[in-house]
Amino acid sequence: MDFFIQLLVNGLSVGFLYGLSAMGFVMIFKSSSVLNFAHGELLALGAFVFLSLHAVVQLPIAWAFLATLTGCFVLGFLIERFFLRPLIGEPLIYVIMLTVGLAAMLRGLLLLIWGGNLRTLPDFLPAWMDIQAGWLRIPPVYMAAILVGILFLVLFGLFFKYSAQGIFMRSVADNQRAALSLGVHVRRVFALSWGIAALVAGMSGIILGLMNGISVHDLSAVGLKVFPVVILGGLNSITGAVIGGLIIGVLEAFTGGYLSPSLRDVVPYIALVVLLLVRPYGLFGLVEIERV
Amino acid sequence: MRKHHLHPCGNYKESYTDELAIFSSDYGRLWSMAGLAALFCAVPFISPPYLLYVINMIGIYAIAAIGLNILVGYTGMISLGHGAFFGVGAYAAAVMSATFNVPFLLSVPAAGLLTAGVGMIFGIPSGRLKGLYLTIATLAGQFIIEYVLVHWEGVTRGTEGITVPAPTLFGISLRGDISFFYVIFSVLTLMIWVAVNLIRTRYGRAFIAIRDNDRAAEGMGIPIFSYKILSFGISSFYAGLAGALWAYYMVSVTSEPFNLSLSVEYIAMVIIGGLGSIAGSIYGAVFITVLNESLRWLTDLMMNFGFITESGLNMAPLREFAFGLAIVLFILFEPRGLAELWRIIRSSFRLWPFSY
Repeated sequence: MDFFIQLLVNGLSVGFLYGLSAMGFVMIFKSSSVLNFAHGELLALGAFVFLSLHAVVQLPIAWAFLATLTGCFVLGFLIERFFLRPLIGEPLIYVIMLTVGLAAMLRGLLLLIWGGNLRTLPDFLPAWMDIQAGWLRIPPVYMAAILVGILFLVLFGLFFKYSAQGIFMRSVADNQRAALSLGVHVRRVFALSWGIAALVAGMSGIILGLMNGISVHDLSAVGLKVFPVVILGGLNSITGAVIGGLIIGVLEAFTGGYLSPSLRDVVPYIALVVLLLVRPYGLFGLVEIERV
Repeated sequence: MRKHHLHPCGNYKESYTDELAIFSSDYGRLWSMAGLAALFCAVPFISPPYLLYVINMIGIYAIAAIGLNILVGYTGMISLGHGAFFGVGAYAAAVMSATFNVPFLLSVPAAGLLTAGVGMIFGIPSGRLKGLYLTIATLAGQFIIEYVLVHWEGVTRGTEGITVPAPTLFGISLRGDISFFYVIFSVLTLMIWVAVNLIRTRYGRAFIAIRDNDRAAEGMGIPIFSYKILSFGISSFYAGLAGALWAYYMVSVTSEPFNLSLSVEYIAMVIIGGLGSIAGSIYGAVFITVLNESLRWLTDLMMNFGFITESGLNMAPLREFAFGLAIVLFILFEPRGLAELWRIIRSSFRLWPFSY
């Protein structure tokens, strides 16, 4: 039973990180229907920029953190401006392949600058985050992930419900043409959503890096694991991303613990195929699958 | 009706037969025959071994790329699992020849058929899904097949790999680049012929109808699901065939090459070459292979100058970067690929001096 609960806790914690990584992905899909294959690279970029700002430029943690997030936001903005905007209205395959090409470019760049080795981020989390309840221990990293995840959920909730830009974003997601005709600046919405998504990705990259150390290959693999998570949660639901992440995390933990460790990495994809056949719009997604 | 004139500068087709003709004038046929003759008679003897190896790889990749183009360019379904299907073909041929001593002539088509079966299984989600959902499903297929190739150790011998014995064809032992050149390019020529003609049949036209508007296609009485599965099957058959040739040519088969980046390379070939163009798939295979090899050459050159080794830089990332850049630039500036560029060049000659 102890083993079961420990697996459950591990799974939930890892799952929260998956959910956090998936948030930015859903953000982009929600507003511009772009499937971003470069998401893992955005995660890695955030973590590596943070590492360099802290270790090389010697900025204090808080400043490094802020600078990284600002940088990520600007980068996301620029990616949309220069790469995605010319493709508005083009067939799906070009958009998908553009993000695949972008992923290869970013990965090459990251490996050129920082190399393929595993690095460790400085441990800066305060001691109160280390929670010990009886024999059950939640390490500070998981605690940080949970806190940041909840923070973002609340922020996104407020943003989409009350702010003008958030409402614009929802209107674009709902019907791009109608939004355009009502005077919503659709391009700005796209740019903003890429900026926010890159920011969230950078943030999640830093937290992922705190847990396992950062390496380009590991983080880009996480970027692909986002797919089962978002399909499970529903491609356009941010709450769904977190819940999907939790379920996939627990599924992985139990498969790794009870069946075989090697099956662990492939089981999300098996779940993905089954899910696509049974309920392609996920748990909280918009039901708009047409069957032809 | 024989035509011995050059291309007219306009569309003067008078019958459906004209429209369906592969060569619109006899010169096209003449040039392709001359090109084929030059390819088979001269190329293997005048090119140095390394160049011949590159040419052989282009041939193998071109077979698989044509298959992917039938699926993506003609049927409109984006697959990110083509590299895994290529791997299934390679393993099928390797297992058949190493374990069961199946002769070359039988094992290559059998590997193709087996891969077609696997491809059809992974095409089943296309019955309910389309667009990006289907793409994600094929992505999952890629990972699942990769996992099976590594972990089904009883058959694939895991990470250790399989060594393929030298094949014999009509009593001649196939070893070395020249004999493989003839095998690969005969298969490629045959498969180009099949693909070009497939597109002209009712099956090919049904694929195109599904790509252009699936609802209209269904309305016109095309059973979409079976045609989609068929397209997956044909596409995987090409991949399996190419994989089988690859296995025999490379001698040893391990699971590492058949990862997601191989699938991405195939998609890149199809896009850079030109979606919905058989010739484009070949241009794409040439482009990607030459790009890969010239970046490797550049890496070696810089290694020799020494300033890279001193700084301890690994050049593999640079290749990845250049590869991504090529994809991005083509999508942004010439999304219809090299085939379209070639068409523009040709028609500007044809319409000269009135090209605009």
